[in-house]
Amino acid sequence: MDETRFKRIKDLPSTHILGTGTAMCAGCGGLEAVHEVYDILGEKTVFVNAAGCMTLLSIYPFTPFRGSWLYTAMASAPAGAQGIRDALDILLEKKRIPRDEDMDVVVLTGDGSAYGMGLSATSGAMERNLDFIYLCYDNEGYGNTGQQYSSATPHAARTSTSKGPKGFPGYKKDLFSIWVAHNPLYVATVLGAEPLDLARKIEKAKELKGPRLIIALSPCPTGWDFDPSESVEIGKLAVKTGIWPLKEYIDGKVVHTKVPDRRLPVEEYLKKQGRFAHLFSPKRNDKLIGEIQESVDKYWKGI
Amino acid sequence: MKRTLLTGNGAAAWGARLAGVDYIPAFPITPQTEIIEAIANWADSGEISGRMVTLESEHSMITAAGAAAATGVRVFTATSSQGLLYGMEMLYTVAGWRAPFVLVNVSRGLSAPITLEPDHNDILAARDSGFLQIHCATCQEVLDSILLAYRLGEDERVRLPVIVNMDGFYLSFTREPVEIPNQDVVNRFLPPYDPENISFRASQPTSQAVAVLGGGPYSYFRYEMHLAAQKSIEVFDKITRQFSEEFGRSYDAVEAYRTEDAEFIFVMIGSFATKAKEAVDRLRDAGRAIGLIRPRLLRPFPEAQIRRLLNGKKGVAVIDQNLSMGKGGILYTEIASALYGQPDAPPILVSFIGGLGGRDISQEEFFEMANNIRRAVEEGSAPPPRLLYTEGEMKEVRKLQAMANVERQM
Repeated sequence: MDETRFKRIKDLPSTHILGTGTAMCAGCGGLEAVHEVYDILGEKTVFVNAAGCMTLLSIYPFTPFRGSWLYTAMASAPAGAQGIRDALDILLEKKRIPRDEDMDVVVLTGDGSAYGMGLSATSGAMERNLDFIYLCYDNEGYGNTGQQYSSATPHAARTSTSKGPKGFPGYKKDLFSIWVAHNPLYVATVLGAEPLDLARKIEKAKELKGPRLIIALSPCPTGWDFDPSESVEIGKLAVKTGIWPLKEYIDGKVVHTKVPDRRLPVEEYLKKQGRFAHLFSPKRNDKLIGEIQESVDKYWKGI
Repeated sequence: MKRTLLTGNGAAAWGARLAGVDYIPAFPITPQTEIIEAIANWADSGEISGRMVTLESEHSMITAAGAAAATGVRVFTATSSQGLLYGMEMLYTVAGWRAPFVLVNVSRGLSAPITLEPDHNDILAARDSGFLQIHCATCQEVLDSILLAYRLGEDERVRLPVIVNMDGFYLSFTREPVEIPNQDVVNRFLPPYDPENISFRASQPTSQAVAVLGGGPYSYFRYEMHLAAQKSIEVFDKITRQFSEEFGRSYDAVEAYRTEDAEFIFVMIGSFATKAKEAVDRLRDAGRAIGLIRPRLLRPFPEAQIRRLLNGKKGVAVIDQNLSMGKGGILYTEIASALYGQPDAPPILVSFIGGLGGRDISQEEFFEMANNIRRAVEEGSAPPPRLLYTEGEMKEVRKLQAMANVERQM
């Protein structure tokens, strides 16, 4: 599909269908992405949620969703999607419900589930060619429990379980490539702060039938330690510095959808976040900053 | 109606087939595999219209089962032992969704040490999950209990998932004559599932299984489950009466065998109770006033029936095929709690642990247990709980240990 409804920012939906007043933190990059995704997908959706920040969207007796919702558990939201999709297909096939009662089944999990505990269930769902959308809001840590490091945490980030002078010793898992290795129909990275790119990808995904998986980098004021008003700016910097490549996988090819002309140095992104403050004070850690820059440069050289 | 030889697993597959299940999420585990193989073959050949999907784990399998039930289709699944425990988080979770379906568990001892043969620690670990539990002793009972389980779980007063339990190997792989009822009779007894308000539909958006804040609403919803489970005893009684009218086989919540004039009673669940029946017959031949009760329902716990059957007896032996480490037999504590404070409760309640990991219980051991209860009644005090274990078995283990030591030194 080359034609998009979303050519300019003003083509984006001007009203949001996700209700307000939820328990999410101010400046939540994950909620920003969910808003934008929901606007494109519409109300005929059933969200299948795993344990994470977004679990608190629906608290009895309130829900911000005009469509449906099922909370499962941390490891098995894709299996919940399988059960709902299969049941809807059975009901349609046996003509027990009319076609217009059908819905898009959308898994909604954080990175803790997507990159770790739920990976096996996601792998199974892709292998079974499940017709579903998976939206991972990636705030690079176990955010809902106070930002302990997860396998989505970037190298050197301070988290509540990596408070040492070097921060998190591990490296962010490449979930995009892990998903792509399953050869699903569609995989994309998005960012709430890049709404046009996001809208085009969700629009494309919505039209396809099969496994479609989306990772939304989700700047997290509480977990990353920055002022909520900076959420959009930090998101944009993740793209401009090349730290968060916007890309998609379709028809067996990975395509970068927004290649920065001249990448800004990574420290422009890092220095705005408290979780990387130890790289700049009390003494600037050129070695670690250099390592992060190098890994970003290496990524872009390789594409 | 067709009478044929079926294994317990075969009978379970037939139960699901006759129930006209829509959806079968599956994952293989010994000794349950024959159930899902049979269903897969029927689905492939078009003999059933249900759709089977193999998930990548029991955790996912039970999630998919619950999610499909919550969408409004009739769901069947089966597992065993480690699989039941791997899915344990979801057993508790989906029970709270109040979307009924049936899960067959083929009991098998739990690791470690790993083993294939049966005992009841797996199913008893699910005791407090919110799933109702029907325990079977024969292959016929497995088939029939699945039909009963759908009626029970889907009843608007209940709306809870149900586990039908059978013992691995002893029942799962044992062929017995089984009557396969005609489909039209089954349809009369078990009409198609009416999910009523349990569904996901575009025109009726709904949020299921949402979070609650605070203990108030949490306690409310949890207690509602408990009340529904308690209510299900009464529902079960009604359903079994109707079942008996349709099929000519009756299934009381507690099976009572030669209890009426009995002074002494064995209490057991599962297929080993058929061995106890044999022992009761032989003890009766020798003039001993002994009988057996076998709770079919473990959740809900048929307390009133158990009291009715046990009150007034002189001595009771509870034979547990499970072991709660640091306490003892689980069924024993359940029976004791039902009897405590009853004015006419049997004064002697003896606990035996036997049949762990498929270890057989011999007729001689039943006779010895009967002697034990009688002696305890005469002496007026119950002996401490004990494990059924022979000198021969002890010698065998000592031999294995000696070999292990030699191997280690080599």
